[in-house]
Amino acid sequence: MTSTTWRVWLRRNLFRNLRDGIITLLTAFIAGWILWKVLRFVLITGRWEIVERNLALFMYGRYPREDLWRITLALCVAAFVTTMLFSMWSRADRAGVKRSPRTMLGEIGRRWWPLIVLGIVLLSFVTTVGPWIAACAAISCLFAGALLGRALSSAPVRIRGSAVAVTMLGIVVLLWFLADGLGWDDWGGLMLSLYLAAAGMVLSFPLGVLLAIGRQSSMPIIRSLSIAAIEITRGVPLVVLIILSSEGLGFFFPQDVLPGKVVRVIVVLTIFTAAYVAEIVRGGLQSVPNGQSEAAAALGLSPTRITAFIVLPQALGNVIPALVGQFISLFKDTTLVSIIGLLDVISVSESIRKQSDFKGQGLVAETLVFAGLLFWVGSSTLSRESRRMERRLGVGER
Amino acid sequence: MNAAQRPPPWRDVRVRKWAFQMTVLIVVLIAVLYVWSNYQTNSQASRVPTGFDFLDQPANFPIAGSDFRTTQPVKDALGVGVANTLRASIAGIVLATLIGTLVGIARLSKNWLVSKAAGVYVETLRNTPLLILVIFAYLAVALRLPPVSEAATPLPGFVASVRGIGVPWYRIDGSGWPVAGVLLAALLAAIAVRRWRLHINERSGARAHTAWWMAGTIVAVAVVGQLALGTPISGSLPRVDGRMVIGGAVMSPEMFALLTALTLYTASHIAEIVRGSIQAVPKGQGEAASVLALSNGQRMWYVILPQAMRIAVPPLANQYLNLTKNSSLGVAVSYMELTKVSRTAIANASPAIPMLVVVLSMYLVLSIAISLLTNLLNRRLKVVER
Repeated sequence: MTSTTWRVWLRRNLFRNLRDGIITLLTAFIAGWILWKVLRFVLITGRWEIVERNLALFMYGRYPREDLWRITLALCVAAFVTTMLFSMWSRADRAGVKRSPRTMLGEIGRRWWPLIVLGIVLLSFVTTVGPWIAACAAISCLFAGALLGRALSSAPVRIRGSAVAVTMLGIVVLLWFLADGLGWDDWGGLMLSLYLAAAGMVLSFPLGVLLAIGRQSSMPIIRSLSIAAIEITRGVPLVVLIILSSEGLGFFFPQDVLPGKVVRVIVVLTIFTAAYVAEIVRGGLQSVPNGQSEAAAALGLSPTRITAFIVLPQALGNVIPALVGQFISLFKDTTLVSIIGLLDVISVSESIRKQSDFKGQGLVAETLVFAGLLFWVGSSTLSRESRRMERRLGVGER
Repeated sequence: MNAAQRPPPWRDVRVRKWAFQMTVLIVVLIAVLYVWSNYQTNSQASRVPTGFDFLDQPANFPIAGSDFRTTQPVKDALGVGVANTLRASIAGIVLATLIGTLVGIARLSKNWLVSKAAGVYVETLRNTPLLILVIFAYLAVALRLPPVSEAATPLPGFVASVRGIGVPWYRIDGSGWPVAGVLLAALLAAIAVRRWRLHINERSGARAHTAWWMAGTIVAVAVVGQLALGTPISGSLPRVDGRMVIGGAVMSPEMFALLTALTLYTASHIAEIVRGSIQAVPKGQGEAASVLALSNGQRMWYVILPQAMRIAVPPLANQYLNLTKNSSLGVAVSYMELTKVSRTAIANASPAIPMLVVVLSMYLVLSIAISLLTNLLNRRLKVVER
């Protein structure tokens, strides 16, 4: 950039007139001050050894150390599967577009920089060789998945469909495999949050779809039951429901069948999310033109088939971004389980401040900023991907 | 239709629909009965009462920052909790709307730095769990304020110390009723003036300037009332008195933490709504306004914002509901709002299930009230279609 274009840019974007210039200087002053404070804290005054020494607790709580290979394996499979599905899907609709490696690297950087930053931060805290091996394995699985997805993207639909089905089955097996040999109540850290969010979303989705269909139904009893369930759940705070799950749910079941805290929280998260999913799906159902179901009825399809094969697929396609948004807020809401004493990221940061080495030193900011970073990376990546998808689907432009 | 043409009952759509509904109803009823009987057995086994008598029993716990006495019944404690929930929610809604609107407009600014700064604010706060923000605001900000003997004054009229954060507020001397009466009179006068101005506007075509006239009327009546009643309303600044912060409006560190976190978090969501709504106003509207030679300010104020508001009201209502429900996170910093009060009561021998049922229904009532209010607003703003 030559000096004149540089000046033109300044004039156009920062100093169009006197008022604009004053606003620019004021904002620059405040932003600079905050930036300086943050940088000083991160690079100089922050005492990060409390995070460094308790990184394992932050990541997976009290999970037995001799079973860590299970987590590594799960991580690898998850990385492989996500990138495979991802590249299969994103390849499929822009086949034939050639891009140079440099633009591809640039795009990866722009899209995934929070994840890359998190990876660097995590590895900078690592003192043993184990996590490095795990990271290398996961990254190679990432690339393997991308390559396989690319190969599959031109495969016939049947093969791609069965790849997705195998993946879903694999995730269930994976969860069972992770929990094998130890109770769910021993789970903790970020892993617990991810697990609660995944379980809540997977379980709440079918329930939410059923509730949405029930709400749109012409049968009065079904409709009023669905409306009551949705509106009551949406009208109360999740915190109270989570407290209910830990302090009250025991009264509703015989003592010998009462599941542990984690399962009870999953039940509550599922019901809560299902009510919101139901409202999202209802919006999708309403967006499908009536002509679709009328045409299907004219073809002689039964009402169940009309819903399952004609209306629902179109409705769900329209609301994927909103569902992702709900998933993000579920992921953030899993932090609330710390209130009933599960060992999630927040409980971990609270308890490590009481360790004898760090007691009374007030390392609040260090632990909470790290905890916040873990969630911020996950939800900001998801939300930016969902916005990309929204743009591609053209939701709101039709 | 005669009987011969009717399909057999097991193929009749109406019969099948009712049979299906009855089955669902029976399954739900059985589930409810099962849970209910378990509840009765378990309560009896552990000698926990199932009724709502506990509401009249003494609470046996104090509530900091209120004149609640430990001998007062549990229902009074819940009343204090609801008041605190409302206080945090209403203050949060007002502040979050102001900040959110400002940031949302800033994000659309042509000034590169301003729009980037607003973007960073929104993206940082929107994607961080609220609970982390609340705890951070409490442990790392509110409790790190200086002790009351060295209370800071960040801005003139504000006092910040670990014993309380004081902001300028108003004070009513004597009874509040005459003041309320004067305000009501001012409002009625303003409505009358508005009608008169609209009448003139219809007859002669002169500009109505209703907003200016109404504001003027209210100020005039208020000033006259203030002088006539002997200046009952006065400003009140907080100051440090011994080990207390008095005057103005004083917040406890807990309230400050919850309010700050709720406000900043919700503002980031509101900013996105404001931005989206302004962008959703069809481009032709702004272009048409420019063609009519409206200035930039006029275009925004008379053409874009009224239409954007119409789009923004339903999602805003949703955010207000969320904020009210999220005030229950006060439980994490021991702010004595409804949830924290109920939790404390349960720890002090109130039965868990009846208590939680009471709390859940209170939140439900709050949510319904907010929905009704915003629906009313929505109906007023809606375009009257032909």
